[in-house]
Amino acid sequence: MDFDLILRVYPFFLKAALVTIELAVLSISLGLACGALGAYARLSRTAVLRFIGATYVSVIRGTPALIQLFILYFGGPQVGIQLDAFSAGVIGLGINIGAYMTETMRGAIISVDKGQMEASRTLGMSRWQTMRKVILPQAARLMIRPLGVNINAQIKGTALVAAISVVELTYTAQRYIGSTYKPFEMFFLAGIIYMVIIYGAGVGVSWLDRRARIN
Amino acid sequence: MAPEWVFPGSTGGRGSIERFQYKHGGAEMGLDFSVVPEYFDQLLLGSFWTIAVMLVSAVISFFGGIILAVIALYAPAIIRYPFRAFSFVFMGTPLLLQLFLIYFGLIQIGIDLPAFVAGVIGLGLHFAVYNSDIIQAGILAVDKGQYEGARTLGLSKGQTIRKIIVPQAVRTVTPPIGNNMVALLKDSALVSVIGVTELTLSSQLAISNTFRPFEFYVAAAACYYVINLGLEFGLRRIELRIQAAR
Repeated sequence: MDFDLILRVYPFFLKAALVTIELAVLSISLGLACGALGAYARLSRTAVLRFIGATYVSVIRGTPALIQLFILYFGGPQVGIQLDAFSAGVIGLGINIGAYMTETMRGAIISVDKGQMEASRTLGMSRWQTMRKVILPQAARLMIRPLGVNINAQIKGTALVAAISVVELTYTAQRYIGSTYKPFEMFFLAGIIYMVIIYGAGVGVSWLDRRARIN
Repeated sequence: MAPEWVFPGSTGGRGSIERFQYKHGGAEMGLDFSVVPEYFDQLLLGSFWTIAVMLVSAVISFFGGIILAVIALYAPAIIRYPFRAFSFVFMGTPLLLQLFLIYFGLIQIGIDLPAFVAGVIGLGLHFAVYNSDIIQAGILAVDKGQYEGARTLGLSKGQTIRKIIVPQAVRTVTPPIGNNMVALLKDSALVSVIGVTELTLSSQLAISNTFRPFEFYVAAAACYYVINLGLEFGLRRIELRIQAAR
């Protein structure tokens, strides 16, 4: 293990870590939006929306994220979608994690006791009002932990965009291996930075979870 | 205009991921799926290798998961803690990084693995750690009386764990392990990056002949989807059989 080398290159890795964090934050935000829309569609009373939601989840969860990124980035120009690598990464990863988040959110919403909906409807609230004021506040608490698992997976998933040449942590490690021929040191350094990012996200999720819990 | 292809690592044998990147500025507009059937054999062969990678690494991850779970729960502290650290590292870093480390990194200490072996070991270990978490929960859920009963009947500690506890634990946790297997199938696409000619890399090779990324990646996605359906069907059969046996 060549620690001198690690000390020389780590500033570049930290810069790349910022790109990884940026990718993670943007794609997770997009994923949350897709997840909310997907959950809305899957729980809708309109059959067409339910079908669209179910297809979205089934297709995205049934194919590899890497292939989805490739279709978007390499195949996109053929159908007129020309994206730079970073945007393709954010959009591809966001749509991908959105399918998993759809299921997480749907699970949390349907696990709220059915009596809550019936009682609110009896009290004269509309379906939408009940959703917004009674069901969602309870479901939101239930979904923090499982969404944390999705987020953890997504941070690791950002490594995939190295394959479409976004200069993030894994790609940077890969590039420095090209010039130094020291794969162990470079992956060690990148691995530690990933663990720190994931640990930080985990701490954030636990904090939210503690605050949201009712004792 | 033909697209401009850049494969910097393709001449040097073990290259980097850069060898799969090309400038797509010149990709032709419009779709033409009629080129796909010509490469049907190649995609079929790729699917075969994807299934092979999945099955071998599923077996590694299943038994590896059991071994890791038993170590995490029963081994003396001196063995347990290093293994916990190992799990922590494997759960906290991306699979892609682990594959690179196993394939490119181990050469540095003199271990030169073929791409298939490196890929299968990487996938297998990664999911073994996830399986071990699930199996640990399963072991803890087995009634304590089972352990005490077996010990009273004269079985050794090792025999009790092997013949009484683990078989019951694994049964209760088949559904979540099945979910991991589905995730494993999809993550097997990553081994294309270290040069295993499975479905993803096969479609990439077809693309390098035809310059039609959209069609072939969609075709590959369809193959994955079909394999996935088959896998889920198989898993459901296994779950039903286990439920019937209980």
